[in-house]
Amino acid sequence: MFKKCNLAALALVAGVAISLSACAGSTTPAASDVDAATATSAEDFGGLDALVAAAQAEGQLNVIALPDNWANYGAIKALFEEKYGITVNSADPDISSAEEIAAADNLKGQDTAPDVFDLGTAVTLASTSYFAPYQVANWSEIPDANKEATGLYVNDYTGSMSIGYDSNSVPEPKSLDDLLGSDYKGAVALNGDPTQAGAAFAAVGLATVQSGGTLDDFTPGIDFFQKLNAAGNFLPVNATGATIASGETKVVFDWSYNNLAAAATVDGWKVTTLPGAVYTSFYNQAISKDAPHPASARLWQEFIYSAEAQNLFIVGGAYPVTIQTLQDAGTVDKGALDTLGELKGDLVTPTAKQAEDNAAILASKWAAAIS
Amino acid sequence: MTVANAPALTSTGAGATPRRQSVSGRGGILRFLGLTPFALYVLLFLGIPTVLAVSTGLFTEDGGLTLDNIVGLFAPNVLTAFGNSFFVSAVTAVIGAVIGALVCYAMLGTRPDGALRAIVDSASSVLAQFGGVMLAFAFIAAIGSQALLTKFLAEAFGLNLYANGPWLYQVPGLLVVYLYFQVPLMIITFMPALEGLKTTWAEANATLGGTRFTYWTRIAIPVLAPSFIGSLLLLFANAFSSYATAAALVSQGAPIVPLQIRSALVSETVLGRENMAGALALGMVVIMVIVMWGYSVLQGRTSRWQK
Amino acid sequence: MTAEQRLGTQPSKTTRWIILGIVGLVFALPIVAMIEFTFRQGLAGGYTLDHWAGLFGEDSARTYRGLFQAIGNSVVLAIVTVGIVLVLLLPTMILVHIQFPKLKRVLEFICIVPITVPAIVLVVGLAPVYSFVVKIFGSGAWTLAFAYGITVLPYAYRAIQANLEAVPVITLSEAGRSLGAGWPTVLWRVLLPNLRRGVLAASFISVAVVLGEFTIASLLNRVNLQTALLQVSQSDPYVAVIFALLALALVFGLLLLIGRLGSVGRNRKES
Repeated sequence: MFKKCNLAALALVAGVAISLSACAGSTTPAASDVDAATATSAEDFGGLDALVAAAQAEGQLNVIALPDNWANYGAIKALFEEKYGITVNSADPDISSAEEIAAADNLKGQDTAPDVFDLGTAVTLASTSYFAPYQVANWSEIPDANKEATGLYVNDYTGSMSIGYDSNSVPEPKSLDDLLGSDYKGAVALNGDPTQAGAAFAAVGLATVQSGGTLDDFTPGIDFFQKLNAAGNFLPVNATGATIASGETKVVFDWSYNNLAAAATVDGWKVTTLPGAVYTSFYNQAISKDAPHPASARLWQEFIYSAEAQNLFIVGGAYPVTIQTLQDAGTVDKGALDTLGELKGDLVTPTAKQAEDNAAILASKWAAAIS
Repeated sequence: MTVANAPALTSTGAGATPRRQSVSGRGGILRFLGLTPFALYVLLFLGIPTVLAVSTGLFTEDGGLTLDNIVGLFAPNVLTAFGNSFFVSAVTAVIGAVIGALVCYAMLGTRPDGALRAIVDSASSVLAQFGGVMLAFAFIAAIGSQALLTKFLAEAFGLNLYANGPWLYQVPGLLVVYLYFQVPLMIITFMPALEGLKTTWAEANATLGGTRFTYWTRIAIPVLAPSFIGSLLLLFANAFSSYATAAALVSQGAPIVPLQIRSALVSETVLGRENMAGALALGMVVIMVIVMWGYSVLQGRTSRWQK
Repeated sequence: MTAEQRLGTQPSKTTRWIILGIVGLVFALPIVAMIEFTFRQGLAGGYTLDHWAGLFGEDSARTYRGLFQAIGNSVVLAIVTVGIVLVLLLPTMILVHIQFPKLKRVLEFICIVPITVPAIVLVVGLAPVYSFVVKIFGSGAWTLAFAYGITVLPYAYRAIQANLEAVPVITLSEAGRSLGAGWPTVLWRVLLPNLRRGVLAASFISVAVVLGEFTIASLLNRVNLQTALLQVSQSDPYVAVIFALLALALVFGLLLLIGRLGSVGRNRKES
């Protein structure tokens, strides 16, 4: 009978599945794991080679929230796998920094918990209790302003806030006020909501400094978007690679690396940075205190700050934290840097206090401004 | 079989406890043994997680007990969000139920193992859970402001879909997009009920001089009503808690409750509100309890005549 | 006209095709729009086959590495979840229907709670339960089936209930018992064949839900079809849409297959 066969097959498959998972299980930790979890630099392992060996013994690395097309992380993960033979398990590419920390909580003690984090500044400052301090081999090459003294978290890369546009439908915007014109009707979109997403927050920041305001108060930026909305030029949809490719969002405020990634896959998409004030904001690299693969996590950290990976960030359209050292030492990828363009202009980055104040201002004013 | 036993076989009704005990043959607490496996499973994987998740609303980030999150539920923007959620869910549930029922009706009389039935069943199952980023994009590609259809309508009929603003990316857009999975869900859950309608009832109706109208209004619809309302409830709950599609479509602001939850859990800039999500979920459960109560009152009325 | 059409229980052919035609057309529109998008060349207009051809490029091996394993995971998950529905939910529903009619509302409420709390909140509560489950069963992806059995409860319950109410279960079971059948026989040979329609619908929707589920798998960092699809879709928006379409087609085909198996059994019985 159909149902009897079905149930028997079901039981068989369930039995196989259970026995397979019992065989799989988790890898038994090596004796050096106890040291790895508290190691604060490669010396604690006995040199970089010993660190590599310890990491290879672990064999896996769990990363989280690293999309392949965000600052060229796809190539960076692939290079790490190739170079060291360690499998990179990339989970949850689309989640936010706050969700990364939530995942660390949810999966604590399991072997699928994240080993390393790549976080926005606000979340980093609020979550230092999740991190283990570690100083990479080229610690001195990283400017003091870009790292926490004990190595709890370190800036890894930044982009500049840029404007991507569909060169077939709209003219290149040369100034912020150009976007208020009739050429851009129903065209301008952000990458998220400024009260939730870092990229959109930065877009309002850019509008603020381009409108003559300061980073202490984002109100001029909010006013700009209100005017944009009143002119019928603002589109409240989340700009993604797909909406760009379908032509729905003709002008997008986003980090340079995201807009450049879109330009690489969509014919006709161009990227420009407005002259004058340029808004930047670094992301932060940190190692999880409860990492299931502590040696791999620390090797990943070393890898990210090595010249190879830092140059790959440039290829992806982001500016790595050691760019000055790379240029001085001549190890920078000149071709990639020329394509990207130097980070010039009046660079502005918000401090933690400014970010917090503006988050509150946005929370109270944004919804009304764009409704 | 003796004549004395015959009445026992002709009634399907409730309220005849002696018959039920003779069917089981066992009494006392042992009767509940059959329910234990399911009860244990539900307790472990539904009861405990729900209580844990919802009770985070009663704590601050540092672990102290607080009512602040519950009080926060009564802020004007949150109440508006609940109102919008209720509106969207109710409208898409009713419209989805009606259209779904119509499609089920249209499917009556097709061969149960025919190609049409197989295609509609499979397509409904697939589309009933199709949601999230891809569904949102499908609609952007289909009727977004730059979509071929929109441009065609504007050129051929002078009909500008977006004359009143980009409604697709606000609450009205949800009404349209949600129907895309509400209707198939209705089809898949209501079809078994429609197939339970017996031809003998229609024949009896005809024999007694009734018309098609009386068949439907006096026999079929009352019989189908409990299932219809049950499916309606499912559609309502489905739309009420639908998160991924709304998150992908409505990116600015948080006009419905799942998006309020998103802004509490996901925000990069406004931190420390994770426990608000638990309070919001608690609010959703409370609303669901109220709706279920209304539903059982309604069910009590419609199935009264059946007994 | 058939007898049923004359009686009004079934629609005439024209009515049927008008309704199905309009609804079918409206529902096909977004899918057609997605397909059209995958052939687009860029923002300047024009069409190309490059995006589809790129699926078979040289560097796609790494892309597909996890995808096949993920499909396998999802299929196992679907099977185990349907097993949970058939072994736990169905007997309980029949039991409640026959013996505990007062508990019917309670069961209904239990089966609507999973759909009331969004998965992103539920995971906060599932995580501690799963850290306990992982100790017993390991952290293979198939353990997600326990959570998925809960997720499909609302859909499966409604599908089976619609059928249960249409079938005179008590009468049939009494008839079977009075003819000397034990409870297992009554279940297997009397009740289940009558509930076939609802059970099949419940299985369909359960398989579809499991194969389409993303949030819980992603937040518990397990690999299933949807999480793997997201990974491979990252490089290119066109590829993302192509894979979404292929996944829909895969699930559609799978369900057609299951439906075929179901009707084969039925034909054998009726002949």
